[in-house]
Amino acid sequence: MTTDILQTVDWSRAQFAMTAIYHWLFVPLTLGLSFLIAIMETVWYRTGDEFWRRTTKFWMRLFGINFAIGVATGLILEFEFGTNWSNYSHFVGDIFGAPLAIEGIMAFFLESTFIAVMFFGWNKVSRGFHLTATWLTAVGANLSALWILVANAWMQDPVGCTFNLQTVRNEMTSFWDVLLSPTAINKFFHTVTSSFVLAALFVVGVSAWYLLRDRERRMASKSIAIASVFGFVFAVVAALTGDKSGAVIARVQPMKLAAMEALYDGAEGAPLTVVGILRPESQRAEGKDPFYFKIDIPKLLSIMSYRDAEAYVAGINDLIDGNPERGILSTQEKIERGRAAIAQLERYREAVKNDDRATTEEIEGLFDPATPEGKAFLADRFAYLGYGYLSSPEQAVPNVPLVFYAFRVMVGAGVFFILLLAVVWWLNRRDRLADKRWLLRLAIACIPLAYLSSQAGWIVAEVGRQPWAIQNLMPVNIAASDVPSGAVSTTFFLFLALFTALLAAELSIMFRQIKIGPKE
Amino acid sequence: MAATLRRIVRFYLEGFREMTVGRTLWCIILIKLFIMFAVLKLFFFRDPLAGCTDAERRDCLMERLTDTHKPGTQ
Repeated sequence: MTTDILQTVDWSRAQFAMTAIYHWLFVPLTLGLSFLIAIMETVWYRTGDEFWRRTTKFWMRLFGINFAIGVATGLILEFEFGTNWSNYSHFVGDIFGAPLAIEGIMAFFLESTFIAVMFFGWNKVSRGFHLTATWLTAVGANLSALWILVANAWMQDPVGCTFNLQTVRNEMTSFWDVLLSPTAINKFFHTVTSSFVLAALFVVGVSAWYLLRDRERRMASKSIAIASVFGFVFAVVAALTGDKSGAVIARVQPMKLAAMEALYDGAEGAPLTVVGILRPESQRAEGKDPFYFKIDIPKLLSIMSYRDAEAYVAGINDLIDGNPERGILSTQEKIERGRAAIAQLERYREAVKNDDRATTEEIEGLFDPATPEGKAFLADRFAYLGYGYLSSPEQAVPNVPLVFYAFRVMVGAGVFFILLLAVVWWLNRRDRLADKRWLLRLAIACIPLAYLSSQAGWIVAEVGRQPWAIQNLMPVNIAASDVPSGAVSTTFFLFLALFTALLAAELSIMFRQIKIGPKE
Repeated sequence: MAATLRRIVRFYLEGFREMTVGRTLWCIILIKLFIMFAVLKLFFFRDPLAGCTDAERRDCLMERLTDTHKPGTQ
């Protein structure tokens, strides 16, 4: 039975990861391209130049293909919450459900209404109304993303809630704390701005293809002019929000930060590793240096984490073994505290079963944040509930190599995109871009690189927080439903087939339409 | 009111009629939704606690939360 539960958890995780990765192939282009289209249409609205209307309609066609293929793929993730993660869904229901419900309503009413005007409204509504619909589509799509990202951020940083012992649910105590937590704010801005960069690279790459073929030169050049500036600005903003995210992660998810840096031993004035090759875990466990080689920037990790060059950044060993000097609890201590919380839940369950009112009232007092003993119990014991389900401290460590390398892919690509977009903008402005054929080819190659970088970001965020479904409160093995692993593996392959077919359809239609180019 | 509704309906009908690439996309959307809701949701994604009352769901979760904390059971 234990083996099957483990297999179920692994299959459920694999399925969620696969569907989320596929879903995220469609989303970022929608988020960014919608704004680029709105900017182009605004130019048309202001100048009345038919060239801009034609250009807008071309990019809108590509946007429509991506939107149509990708729409509703996120619903499968919601199916999975209900079926594969039913314990999680019940445990967090109201908090997680509220943002998702708002997202559903917004996506349906805002996006579907204004997208219809955007596509069907040419020549049927006024230019101003059409432009408004285009902007509202862009805003609506990004607001939809906000609610999903708020829900995700809450899993990483569960704030604004209290645990209701009677219903065995976390309940929202402050909508604003959930919406405006530093994790949520940084996650939203980092995710959407990096999506804007991806869309800008898509426009630059497709335009570069036209320049290479010596087709649609004016459209390609003007599109690059807008997309390169848009992409450059938001690539810089993404770097800044990424930096802010690092500071938040240092406080909320120190193990994730340590894994991102493969930092085993904490240090004052900790360096940031620019590049490095990790040794296998078995060699590291024998006492060898975790890296074959690495290039560091001194003190940068301390500065990024705590805005202080001498600040102490905890390493994986500090977080596992504890570091009393730095006020860091050992994971074993957290496990004991989590088990103490679970023991109270067990007592409560027995007391309810036996109708033992004195005990139920006593334990309800412990879970009541309004009482001093409740406040202490919730902070000292219940806050570590999830640790109580770990059988060893090492289970609190995520997959370090995967997180470490994914982080470098994301950051490395992001820095490269800033440089590339600046160079492309400069050469395009001087009308010399079309001669740089190597750069045009590089710009095309950057489209898949942008997707890779975007996915790498999610790998850092999601693999880096393992083993938690909800940070510190619920590990994935408790969050998963007790369903047969065979059922989950079957749907895994069904989804793989469905999403691969959708992706193939998208690529095929998209390539065909790019070859056709803008229509008169 | 009725005239406005008629105009909205006509707006959508004409929009759909004039589609080119959109026809293929709508086919894909409809096939996708059919697979998702009529096949996957119906046959593969049944709620494991379907038919349970709130109290039964709560008891199920409480059992899960309290029965698996012993070392070695993960």
